This record gives sequence, C-alpha cells and structure tokens, in this order.
Amino acid sequence: MRAVGIVFSNIHDKNVPELVRIRTLGSIPFGGRYRLIDFPLSNMVNSGIDTVGIITKSNYQSLMDHVGSGKYWDLARKDGGLIILPPFGDLGNDSLYTSRLEALKGITSFLSHADEEYVVMTDCDSVCRMNYNEILDYHIRNRADITLVYKKMVPDMTSEEPATTFTVFENRITGLAYKTEADGKEANVFTNVFIMKRSLLLSIIMDSISRGKRHFMTDIIADNLKSMRIMGYEHKGFFAGITSFQAYFESNMSLLDPANRNELFGDRNVFTKVKDSAPTKYGNNASVKNSLIADGCVVEGTVENSIIFRGVKVDRGAVVKNSIVMQDTVIGTGASLNYIIVDKNVSIKDGRYLSGAENHPFYVAKGMMV
Amino acid sequence: MIRKKKCVAMLLAGGQGSRLYALTNNIAKPAVSFGGKYRIIDFPLSNCVNSGIDTVGVLTQYQPLVLNDYIGNGQPWDLDREFGGVHILSPYQAKTSSEWYKGTANAIYQNIRFIKQFNPDYVLILSGDHIYKMNYSVMLNYHILNNADCTIAAIEVPMEEASRFGILNTNEDSSIYEFEEKPKNPKNNLASMGIYIFSAEKLYKYLEEDNADPNSSNDFGKNVLPKMLSNGERMMAYKFTGYWKDVGTIDSLYEANMDLLGDIPKFNVSDPSWKIQTRSPMSPPHYVGDGAIIKNSIILTGCEIYGDVENSILSSDVVVEKGATVRNSVIMADVKIKSGATVEYAIIDENTVVSSGATVGDPKESGKGIAVLSRNITIGENAKVSGGQIIDKDLEGGAN
Repeated sequence: MRAVGIVFSNIHDKNVPELVRIRTLGSIPFGGRYRLIDFPLSNMVNSGIDTVGIITKSNYQSLMDHVGSGKYWDLARKDGGLIILPPFGDLGNDSLYTSRLEALKGITSFLSHADEEYVVMTDCDSVCRMNYNEILDYHIRNRADITLVYKKMVPDMTSEEPATTFTVFENRITGLAYKTEADGKEANVFTNVFIMKRSLLLSIIMDSISRGKRHFMTDIIADNLKSMRIMGYEHKGFFAGITSFQAYFESNMSLLDPANRNELFGDRNVFTKVKDSAPTKYGNNASVKNSLIADGCVVEGTVENSIIFRGVKVDRGAVVKNSIVMQDTVIGTGASLNYIIVDKNVSIKDGRYLSGAENHPFYVAKGMMV
Repeated sequence: MIRKKKCVAMLLAGGQGSRLYALTNNIAKPAVSFGGKYRIIDFPLSNCVNSGIDTVGVLTQYQPLVLNDYIGNGQPWDLDREFGGVHILSPYQAKTSSEWYKGTANAIYQNIRFIKQFNPDYVLILSGDHIYKMNYSVMLNYHILNNADCTIAAIEVPMEEASRFGILNTNEDSSIYEFEEKPKNPKNNLASMGIYIFSAEKLYKYLEEDNADPNSSNDFGKNVLPKMLSNGERMMAYKFTGYWKDVGTIDSLYEANMDLLGDIPKFNVSDPSWKIQTRSPMSPPHYVGDGAIIKNSIILTGCEIYGDVENSILSSDVVVEKGATVRNSVIMADVKIKSGATVEYAIIDENTVVSSGATVGDPKESGKGIAVLSRNITIGENAKVSGGQIIDKDLEGGAN
C-alpha cells in the first residue's frame, strides 16, 4: 500500500467538553451504533490503507475497548494493521503533548519504521465518507508537497476552537485564516485531513524539534505557503463536523435524512465493534416516527425524530422526541424527553419530564439517575 | 504436560432439511436464518461457548457453501483459537476409500482423528437443527457424577406427539433400559433431543465396531446407542426442562420465530448471561419513517420501514415501503416489500423482492397454511401468492 494512516483520537476534545469528560473524542457515540473513530478508520480501510496508527492522549480506555485488536475493521494484521500509539512522555518536561506537532514528535519511531511512501492524517471530529486514495492520486498528480482537504461550508461559530479556513487559488492554498467573527458566509473550512510524503513529515518533525516550533498550521503550513506546493482538495460529499455540542446534536439528526444516510451507509461499509445485542422488539403500544433505532432495544412508548442507541428501553407511555439516547439507558413509564442528549446507562425515572431547546439541547451525563 | 481438552463437541450440520423445501434449496438447514439476527447453528455454537467448550468440529455435507462462509474462522463466537476453536469437517478422499458421510455415526467415525488430536475425556455430539439454550457443562457434570458411558439429553414432549420421537424408557435413577424409535404406543413421553455425551474411549470403541458391521446403517439412534445398551453400558437420560424446538419443518420454524414475540416471549434471546452469538451485519441502525406503524415485532439493523409491520420478524436490511403491509410473517435479510404490497402469514427468504401491489399469503384463519418464498426471487407487480404456496422462482406480475 502507498500510505500509512494516522488518526488523532483527541485533538479537538475541548470543543465538546461534556462528551469527553470520560472518553476521548474518537470514542464519542454517534448515529445509534457507532463511535466517531469508526468513520476515519472505515475510510482508511475502504481506501485500502492497512496500517493505521491511532494517537491517544488521555482517557483512552473507552477507545481501546472499542477498537480492540482492530478485527472489526480487518486491521488485526500480522504485518501492519491497527497500532495504538499511547502518549510518549519524553518531551523534556514530563508533560503530555499539547499540539499536533508535539503529538507527532512522540510517534517518530512509528513513522520511521513504516515503509509506505505517504502518510494520510485525519482527526476524529467529522463524520463523512472520504476516499483517501482519490486524494492521494490528486496529491501525486499535482506534484504537491502537502495536500489539505477542505469543505465549502459556513463555519461553526459556536465552536471553542476557531475554524481554520483557506484561500484557494487554482487548487493551491494561498492563504490561511482563523475564523473568529460570524458572517454567515461559506468558507473553505479545513477538515483536518492531510496527505504528504512520510519523509517530508519526518523532516518537518525534526526541524520543528530543533527550532522549537509547536503549531502545525501556523508554524508549518502558514509559514510555507510560498516555499512549498500546498494544495487544497475539496471534499464535495456529506460532511458533518463535530465542532461543538450543538454541531454534535445536529450531525446526529442529519442522519434522519435518507440522502445523508444513503451516502454514509448505502454500501454498508462503515465498520464498528460488534456487540451481539438481541434484536430490537416493539410492543403493542409502540409508536415510532422518523427515528433511527439500533439493535437490542425494547420500544413500548413513543419515539419521534430521535436517535436511539443499542439496548435502550423506552417504557410504556414514555415519549422521546428530538433526542439522542445512548446505550443501555432506560426511559421510565410516562417519562418525557424533548431535545435531550442522554449519555450511556442513564435511568430516567417514571413520569420525569425533561426538555431542552432546539438550539440548546440539554445533556444528561453517563450513569445518572434522573 | 500433554495439551488436551476435557470435552470436544461435534456438530452434525450435514442435513439437507428437505422438509424446509425452498428454504434449503441452496443452503444447509443449520444455515437457515432465525429470529431476524441468527442462523440456526448460532444456538448450538453459542451453547458450546457459553458452556466453556471451545473446540467444535462442524460436520458438513449438503450445500456447505453458505455455512462454511458463515462460520469462517469462528471469530464471531470467539472460536478462532490456536488450540481448539471451530473446524469445518467435510467428507474427504482417503487412500483406500472415499465416501460421503453414510450416517451420523459414520460422520463422526470418519473424523475420529480430528477428535483424538485434542485427547479429550468426553465427546459431545450435537445436531444443527434445534433452537434452545442449554448449559452442556451441567450435563457433562451429570454424566461424570453418574459414572455414565453415554448420557442422552431428553425432554418431555406431549404424550400425543411422543410417537414422532425417539423415546427413552428409564429406571428411577434415570438410567436407560430401553430405546423406542418412533413407537406406535409409547410407554412414556421422554424424547431424545439428539444431544449425546460419550466417554471418549467408549465412543471410539463403538464407532470402530459399528464401522466394521456391514449391516449397520451407521446411525447413532438406530445402531450405536442400542448396541451400547445391549452390551450393558451405563446410559443415562439427562432431563432438560427449558425451551427446545426442532425447526425441521416450515410450521415449526415459523412457530419458533413467533415464540420470540410478545411481552413475555416463550423463548428469550436477550438474556445477558446466555448471549446468543452470531455473525452480525455491519448495517446502520434501522430507520422508521413518518407514516410507519410497528406493533409487536422484531426489527433488525439496516431496515427501512415506511409501511405497517405487525406481529412479524424482520431480519437485517429489509425495506418495507410506504403503503406496504407485513403481518404475522418472518422476513429474512435484504428482502424488499414494495409499496402497496401485502404479506400475510408468510416466510420470505433472503434477498427476495415483492413488487408493488403484490399479495403474498392468506390469513392463518383461511387454513391454507404458510406461504413460502425462496431466496433471490422477484414476485411481479400485482402478482398473487396464496397461502400454503411455495415459490422458488420468479413469478410474473398479475393483472390489475
């Protein structure tokens, strides 16, 4: 294979602090049965990349538990396959990395031992189908030093981190700006996917160590727009950025649109850990409209415009509307939820009434009793 | 220390299942899907794993392609092992003879070398056509405690049905004194479940003798077990009281599926302490559209439901379009029920299309029986399949 894959599992944790308190960005549940990392991992595998390193930092037990040996992605390989890259403490000050460049410094030995010519790097903060092979072809065809993938869209201004946007001229990136003021206009927003030669990445890392550079976009990309051939590749398909809590909510809900669902899952090639839950059962009084429901659920109540994860129980008379309910949560008899994101293993007692708002869904943390 | 397994399981999965007609045209009975998510063989395999038996030989013969592919390296059941694990055992050619498995006993006999490489103390013989949850390790302890040479699992069946089964007549201590194969006037209602535990050395001995006997039909029930009994070996009946269903006929397969429905189902597959493990499809959660009505049903991952579904089992990736109705039916994976079609009291096998306006089946009350559609066929627009009909090729559309 031409490229080795690198997945940053928690570069943007601070955008969704509620959801990463007990996990990494990559292991945030999404779409009823997935975790965010399933999307970049499946994209890697579907693009024929069979060596993938996952960079982790902290709270990555849930991530390890999810990816395991990599067998569900066909990445449990004798040669290559899935490799977890835990943080490497030797940054001179015993602390964990704080930037992408520092994280990369910690995996130089992984990178130098790979034998693929190119590196495809991605984060876990988006849900999309991307063919890295096509992007790599584009990269080679354009004799690019670095190719950055962007999506034309209105940047999420509620995000904690400002969106990185590009000025693109004849496919070449000529300017880079952080979007801090809302203007409602479309921009070329960076998707955090990039491709370059492995040898170039290694020399960038070595150079940044000796010169004390810390920030990949500012110190490497912005500084080299003229001296290097940095190309932009526009991703035209479905793209849901998980850049804020609100964006997380809306991205989940975008799966209720059959066109989006078809684009993401039409060929059944998004892979995830298999749990062997029992089939989902509907009772005689169930009423369900416009919702996605995973396996292992028992639905006796009403569910509308919602995403229901594995093993959820919706008791008789319970009403769940416009909500995301994660694994193994129980919604008691007569309880009512509207615009609520309920984390795993929550128990909503009988008759409880919870309501958020469309632009401000309310969050119930993992394991709570309400 | 010699590496060994205490107990090796041998699963007889070669049966054609001819009474399932069109459902087993191209696949072996154990590979027939069940309960939306499972195939029949998931039950004995999961029972093995949950009972701590990690070495299973699966003996295939009839149409093994789907079954082999399904079992693969055994990973879904955690049976991908360095020592042990699941092994597909198909009939093979040998230097002096090459033959198909002649009977159940002959199938095991031809694979004695497979068993011996694990040097087991006990051998568990299973069949791949029953739906049940059973802890074989409890049965094995019973076998050991009773100092038995062979233990046969048995279940009480209704007296009026007893003449369809192999009946075990037992003494007070549950030791067996007589077998009666499908007796006209059964003395009792204790039926053999086709699950045997043998002490390994006895099994080897009797299989060798059976093989040397030209008059034998090489069958456990007909030959080997009666021979052991007449030789005075200690044979015990192990009484099982849980749910057990032979799904060898269209009607029993349908009933067993329906036993999963209801507030308190007759058969519970969602017991976390006895997980039924299976090869799961990588499909997204199922989607229920705005106009859909779903009552008392099981719906699997990847389905898209826009119509009415009642008292039915829908396997993965089934589409029920707007205005379509599915009632009292078992729908297997990847089936499409197009708009305005009606399916009632039917079993539809994988990847079949019921076109717009078509009608499949008649209500149970009509007495016509279950309509069956085999896999990979298309029922044309406005076509009509009556109750009790079995269709195994494309059916042209009917008049409006």
